[in-house]
Amino acid sequence: MYQYTDFDRQFVKLRAQQFRDQLERWQRGELTDEQLLPLRLQNGWYIQRYAPMARIAVPYGEISSLQLRTLGRIAREYDKPDPELLAHAQATQDQLEASQPGQTLPAPPLKYGYGHFTTRTNCQFNWIPITKAADVMDLLASVCMHGIQTSGNDIRNITCDAWEGIAEDGIVDCRPFAEITRQWSSLHPEFSYLPRKFKIAFNGAAEDRAAIGWYDIGLQALRNDAGEAGFTVKVGGGMGRTPIVGSVVREFLPWDQLLNYIEAIVRVYNGYGRRDNKWKARIKILVKSEGQAFIDAVEKEYRAIVDLDGAPHTITQAELDRVTSHFVVPEFKRADLPAKVDPQGQLYQRWLRQNVRGHRLPGMKTVTLSFKRPGFAPGDADADALDALAQLAEQFSASEARLTHEQNLMLPWVFESDLPALYEAARKLGLAQPNIGLLTDMISCPGGDFCSLANARSLHIAAVVTERYQDLHELFDIGPIDLHMSGCINSCGHHHSGHIGILGVDKDGKEWYQITLGGADGSQLSGPAIGGKVVGPSFTAAEVPDVIEALLDTFRSLRQSGELFIDTLRRVGHDPFKQAANAARHPKVEEAQAL
Amino acid sequence: MKIIAADAVPESAGTEKTLQIPNDADLAELVASGALEGVQRVELQFPKFTDGRAYSQALLLRRRYRFAGDIRATGDVLIDQLVHMHRSGFTSAVLAPGVNADAAQRQFDRYSAFYQGDVLEPRPLFAREAA
Repeated sequence: MYQYTDFDRQFVKLRAQQFRDQLERWQRGELTDEQLLPLRLQNGWYIQRYAPMARIAVPYGEISSLQLRTLGRIAREYDKPDPELLAHAQATQDQLEASQPGQTLPAPPLKYGYGHFTTRTNCQFNWIPITKAADVMDLLASVCMHGIQTSGNDIRNITCDAWEGIAEDGIVDCRPFAEITRQWSSLHPEFSYLPRKFKIAFNGAAEDRAAIGWYDIGLQALRNDAGEAGFTVKVGGGMGRTPIVGSVVREFLPWDQLLNYIEAIVRVYNGYGRRDNKWKARIKILVKSEGQAFIDAVEKEYRAIVDLDGAPHTITQAELDRVTSHFVVPEFKRADLPAKVDPQGQLYQRWLRQNVRGHRLPGMKTVTLSFKRPGFAPGDADADALDALAQLAEQFSASEARLTHEQNLMLPWVFESDLPALYEAARKLGLAQPNIGLLTDMISCPGGDFCSLANARSLHIAAVVTERYQDLHELFDIGPIDLHMSGCINSCGHHHSGHIGILGVDKDGKEWYQITLGGADGSQLSGPAIGGKVVGPSFTAAEVPDVIEALLDTFRSLRQSGELFIDTLRRVGHDPFKQAANAARHPKVEEAQAL
Repeated sequence: MKIIAADAVPESAGTEKTLQIPNDADLAELVASGALEGVQRVELQFPKFTDGRAYSQALLLRRRYRFAGDIRATGDVLIDQLVHMHRSGFTSAVLAPGVNADAAQRQFDRYSAFYQGDVLEPRPLFAREAA
């Protein structure tokens, strides 16, 4: 993985120092809350329902054992609420539950002392007091980590397919380009106060595993007839209130023009994106309203950057080579640990099928550790788990791991012969659930348990669905399916792209849930990126697990041999599923709605 | 970069030609119309400190249209955006009322270099290090 240079190390430390200076001026009253807001957001610090939330960048998902240990230390030593605060928070959440008798679900108690993996390969902490924020940033900087531009109206943390450089269907390893783009976008003087957040994703393989259609800029690597690398550039994708899939503005952009072209896109956006309405400020709205005129403006700006400005950010072969040299295959060795697992055992076989994938190197595999387990919210890793992950990565994967956008953690350099021992070690940690890509491998945001934007909670629904579908025979019988859940229209849980999507909405202070069907993230299994369609009036939390069950039962009764949920849905249409969903409404709610 | 407190804006000498450019101006048209000829100072606007359009305007005036006079930041100008302004081509800034300039200098002193090129140093770090 990328090794920081002296400059990179110093830069992150100075950034931590700058943030400390800003916090101190705010504490002295020299900065107002409003003035501090974008400064702390640009360092990943939110103020949530009960406490600050820190969002730590894991650029394109790559993380080392040393960094995982540091996250573990932060979880253990800093992610701790004051007991009074926790008691107040729990009482408020309990009151929320009590205010919706018969309509909601029992919620697990609020937790602390853990990191949460997000769909954009960041790691969030929920309880670090703001007075400790600068210390935490210093600690992170000591292992080349930071929260630079994990929030704010700027160019956000760059994401990639988690299998960049190791996938069997890889075309171009995008990690060097993601790193070059990360550096270029960090503290960009011109683009730090955009109309709204701006997200860039790369995908370097035949299959889109980075959901690039849903990004402000989605870059699909490819090679031309001469074998030269380049990118198909999509612009204007995004979820939120107006889900739109990105439009192709360039079929083939030569790799060395990457930064010049992104600069053109972001400059046009900075000048013309709407600033009067938060909900219409994303670049997707500009692309949608201007259409070809937007593309023409970008091409004109790009020509001017090249012809008039001298294209100073043209990537040189030397720079690409320098950065690429950090992404060579690491030195690794077999763990060669004894294992008692029966290689023909059904559980192990299922784990091999769901959690283990092929590797471009012979004799090597990638292993996804499942962070979708009963008793834990999707993507949550407590301090002990983070420490254990660091050790697993050391033993089995050259001290490297990768966060996936489905909120799991993948080990990229595993010897095939080490799989039984890794399976045993992961199982002992509760991370060997063979559910990757299956129903319980759902994506979920933290929702109304923590997030101040959320309209409704998501974690109690995730908990009930996880509990209900623990039978592996049933889970495998249902087969691959994407269940995505967001606690509000900001869509952090990517509900628009779920085969089944769940969206929390607020009606009169009560939590309700809209259910959508047929969304796709762009993967082979899901088909081209598209937003799901709403099945009807929203449901109560108590109804949601039953609606999901009804949808799955409908699928199982209508499917043809070997068909997946999404394929059956597309073949037979939404009507039978809608009917089943509506039939699963609880009677009390119909009465309530009739009022 | 010249940083001016809100209550210390000097009376402009009558001979100085200043042009105020709104955030939504088309710079290419403006330049083509000759509006910049003889102008010694351009004033760009920050209606709110979170409105970043003037950064692009300043950069283009310097880099693309070779404007050599003073480019002044006006409006909601705060301390923590001054380095971005300087790097984008601003040469003076009038702080918003009530903003104390004391914390400004250490912002300029903090970073010795940045990754991307800017108006002060058009080459990105990788091109500088290779040179």
